[in-house]
Formats: sequence, structure tokens, C-alpha cells
Amino acid sequence: MSEQLQPVETGSAKPSIYVEGLTIDFALDSAIFNRQHMRAVNDVSFILKAGQALAIVGESGSGKSTCARALCRLFEPSAGKIWLQDVDINEKKNQMKQLDFAKEVQMIFQDPFGSLNPVHTIRHHLARPIKLHHPHVSGDELEQRVIEIIERVGLSPARQTADKYPHELSGGQRQRVAIARALAVGAKFILADEPISMLDVSIRLGILNLMEDMKKDGIGFMYITHDIATARYFAERTAVMYVGHMVEWGNSDSVTQNPQHPYTQLLISAVPEAGIRRSKEKMAKKADIPVWKPDSQGCPFASRCLKATDQCREAMPPVTQLAEDHFVRCYLYES
Amino acid sequence: MNHATKPLLEVRDVCVDYVTDTGNARAVNQVSLEIRPGETLGLAGESGCGKSTLAFAISNLHNAPALISEGEILFEDRDVLKMNDEQLRQFRWNEAAMVFQSAMNSLNPVITIGSQLIDVILAHKKVTKQEAWARGEELLETVGIHKSRMTSYPHQLSGGMRQRVVIAIALVLRPKLIIMDEPTTALDVVVEREIMDELYELKEEYGFAILFISHDLGLMGEIADRIGIMYAGKLVELGDAEDILYRAKHPYTRGLVASFPTIHGPKVRLEGIPGSPLNLLETPEGCYFQARCSECMDICLSRDPELITVQQAPLRQVACHVVEAEEVSA
Repeated sequence: MSEQLQPVETGSAKPSIYVEGLTIDFALDSAIFNRQHMRAVNDVSFILKAGQALAIVGESGSGKSTCARALCRLFEPSAGKIWLQDVDINEKKNQMKQLDFAKEVQMIFQDPFGSLNPVHTIRHHLARPIKLHHPHVSGDELEQRVIEIIERVGLSPARQTADKYPHELSGGQRQRVAIARALAVGAKFILADEPISMLDVSIRLGILNLMEDMKKDGIGFMYITHDIATARYFAERTAVMYVGHMVEWGNSDSVTQNPQHPYTQLLISAVPEAGIRRSKEKMAKKADIPVWKPDSQGCPFASRCLKATDQCREAMPPVTQLAEDHFVRCYLYES
Repeated sequence: MNHATKPLLEVRDVCVDYVTDTGNARAVNQVSLEIRPGETLGLAGESGCGKSTLAFAISNLHNAPALISEGEILFEDRDVLKMNDEQLRQFRWNEAAMVFQSAMNSLNPVITIGSQLIDVILAHKKVTKQEAWARGEELLETVGIHKSRMTSYPHQLSGGMRQRVVIAIALVLRPKLIIMDEPTTALDVVVEREIMDELYELKEEYGFAILFISHDLGLMGEIADRIGIMYAGKLVELGDAEDILYRAKHPYTRGLVASFPTIHGPKVRLEGIPGSPLNLLETPEGCYFQARCSECMDICLSRDPELITVQQAPLRQVACHVVEAEEVSA
């Protein structure tokens, strides 16, 4: 599957994160024998490129956050490989030190009220990662860097902001501090897990636009969201996940304007849009979202899909390429 | 919609204050609006704009430190704020029911769905427990849940199912008005779609009016006949849903509409609204939106714009000096 995800770019020196066949199982109980597992992420492959954003779209429980956590090494993959540039990050013999890895890949969390320490100033939040990752920086230079970063994320006046505590800032401002913290480290990749879903509607766009500007500086994003409209707005490429499987991916415009997988079609038809009262046509069967087990078979969407056949219940469909940058895993399109 | 019909609910110059040690925060500031029978009025605005506070005021549900300091709320000509406890008890749920934001928190976790459903019936109607139970089962089926679920506990249901149960409980007594405070915010988009479709069908069947509170203007545009936009406790614009979404006059409304990337249509860079929402304890002189407004004039810094009616039928109201100046010159 990997070659379909990575358009050949020989000689390109740009950094990237390359994920192949990522699978993550969680134990459901603590039994010693016959322990039950659930498969949160199953055979997921993608590539994050410098200066670009990849959106991972899906409902709660689709495994999108688990993917991000595996990428910043909070979870160990059960199978599959993750390369940061040319280094397999989970390979023991060339295992990078956590600090070196964290310098490259940082995460922004959903809740800006929970992700900053309430007893420290903004200056502390930003100076600490700089000191940690660049020990030679200190004194005036450190202060200078902190102020620069605060300005870069659009918080002004910078000096006053540096002296503030998190509770003195609004949600949007706090999220900017969280982004600033990733910048302070000098991260080349930012994994943003629903970075705007808890913010006031009028300031969400400001955060998205800030991240958009950061792409121009070569920072690559993984943008996790359940809002497919913002995925199209912010990300060059979009991958749709359902119960731990990537079901459709490619260029964001192709995926959102010309969705092919029945699940993507359902997802897009569900997005509320002013002035459009839906047709009564049912898009999917009412059924519970399955819990995926390592021995589960078939397409995870088969239980809800109106077009499902026996084949769909037996094995996961292979990848079909629909356009230059548009892939789907569904028997409907198998050539 | 017949515009001559008498309003079901009239909110007149209502103010709600939160009394704090550092002063009063006026969460709802001189808001007036009306809802006609069978109509869906949307109330939109960001967190802290007072939309939920206003919803609570309509059922007179506020407790200290919240205080309804001014105004009247007329439900079919009876002032909700002057009702005694017994009248209020009769009014609530019989005539105006409420669906709260997180269904997870509004159901009692240690009591079965069935008991909670019939509790409402038994409290308001003189029926036997068996009759109430049968009615409860019937209602559960109307919202698309099998009646065997009557004996389930809330944690055994998914988020979407719990929200359906809460809607069923709101419908129990066939109220004329249902206040829905962000009914689908905590749900996934596909589940949200199912609930909204269900709601359209129920509305057709029962014909209740809805006060629909949300920050999602897309959703609002789908369900609401008319939309009111609130900012920092004030109603800044009110009009037909289409007018608000496509021909907004107030700079805040325009900014809000432009804050939602769309799934279809051209992909352009949107700018949203600069700055942060207003702290209600530090309100400025003049227009509350001045610091974030791109069209701010001198007068906006000193005089608070009044809500003026720019069009009678359908009613269109805007509170903005810029619009006022345009209206005068036009």
C-alpha cells in the first residue's frame, strides 16, 4: 500500500514521517490467558510531508487520536512501522532518544484548559522547552526567543502575555500558547488533535489560519478532526477513518467533493448546511458501530452499508486507485 | 407562517445578571423577541453570549447568583416571572419543555429510562402506573428506540440514544414549546444527522414551536425559520434565517457566518473575527463589539446602538450604528 501513498519524489531532501501498516491493539481485560484485545488501529499507512497537512477524519472511536499518539510514541505499535525521515523510530538499535524525537514531533491537544500548567506563567511554558532542547540558550537570548515565539503566534503585547498565567487567557489564546510551545521546541511536525473543537466559533478560524501560515515555514501537520469541512479548508490531503481502518484518502478536494466510499458519502451528507433540507433517502443502516477484534473479518462498515455483499463480510477490500491522488478501500470500485 | 398569529412566547426587555464579588455581569441585556406557535426560532452566538442564560430564564429556572432583574416573559399572555410555585410547576413541561445540552448529565444514572419517562407523566397527569408505562413505551418508539429499552439504565445507551430519550421526555406532555439548548453538540455528525431528521418528523407530527440554541450556523440554517444573533448578552440581529445567513447586516453576524468553512463551494481563505469574546465584567462604553469590529466609527465608542427595526414583514432588526447610518441615508 505504501507505494500508492508516496508519490515518487526522488532526491527530495524534505523531511517526512512515513507510516506503514500501523496496527495498535488494546487489551480489553487483564486476564493472563486468552486475553481479549480490541484493534483500535488496523493496517494504516500514510505519509506526513513538510509544509503540508494531512487531515484524519472520523467519528469518535475511529482510532484517529490513537494514530497520533503512536506517532509521538505514547503508544507502541502492535505491528507496522513508523519512519521519521529515514529512521525507524521503534527499531531498538537505532532508537532515537526521546528528547531528540520530541524535538521533531510535537502534539497539540484538544483541551487548552487542561494542557497548560495553571501555576506557571506563559514565559515558563515557553522558556522551559527552549532550555531543554537548546541548553546553550540563556539570558537575554532566551527571553528574546520567547518574545519572538509569542509574537509569531499572534499574541500581543508579547511581554505582558509572557507574564500572564493560563487562567488570564481565553481558550483561543491558550491554544496559541500550546502552538507556541511546539514552535519553541523547533518541531518540524505538529500532531494537532482536534485543536479547535473546544474553542469559541469566532476564534476557530484564527487558529486554523495561524497553522496555515506555519505550513509556509515548512511545518508539517497531522490534523485530527471530526469536522470534514475544516479538513478541506486546512489540509491538502484527507484520510477518512472508520473503526480503525482508512477507508478513503487522497487529495482533500477529491475526497470531499467526490466521495466514493459509502461511509465518506454518509459523513459528508450528514454535515449540516444552511438552506438544505435533506432528502429522506437513507444513507446507511442503523447498526451499532462494531468493536474491532484482531480476528474480525471483512470491511468494518459492512454492518451499516446499504451496498454490502457477502464478499464485504469476508475480507477487507484491497486498495483501489480512483485518480492520481484518490484511493478507496471498497469492493464497489475494485477493477 | 402566518405572521398575524398571536405569539406563543413574548420576551420583553429581559435582563439577567450574575451577581459576583467583583460586580454584576449582565449575561442577558435587554433582550426582546417572540416565538409564534409552531415556529422554530434559532438563537446563535458564541459561548458566553447569554443564549443559554436566556433559555433558562424562559422557564424561570434561574437560581442565585443569577437574577432576572428586568423585563417580562409572557407565555400566552401569562407572565412566567410572576407565577407562583404551583403555577410554575404546571407551566414547566406541560407547556414549555427543555432539552439540555448534554443528555449524559440530564438523565439520572441510577434510575432506568422507563422510570424517568413515567416520572414526568405521573407528576403531571392523573393516570395509573400501567397507563404511564404504556405511554412511555409508545414515546420511546416514536423517537426510534425499541420499547425493551425502558428497563435500561442510561449508561447502557449510546450518546445518541440518550439524547433521543431526553427528547422523548420533553415530548411526554405534548408541550407547545420546546427549548433546545445545543441538543446535538456533544454528538458525532452522523448521529447528529439522525437526531435532526427525527426532530423534523416529530415537529411535523406534533407541531410544537422550538427555541433552538446553537453555535453552529449551518445546523441553524437547516432547522430555523428565523434566527437571532446574540453578542455579549445583547440581541444584535434578528431576521429570517436566509436573510441572516446570506444577507447579514451586523458586522458580527457577517464575521460569524464567515467563520464556518463550507464543505461545498469555492475554497477561499476565511478571516473569521479578530480578538476574543468580551469579558462581561469589563464592558466598554458604546457598542460591545467595537474592539473586534472592522467598521467601528467614533459614535460606536460612545453610544450603545439600539436595536432598530429595518424591515417590518418579515421582521428584521439590527443593532449597529453603521447599519443605522445606511438606513437613514437610504
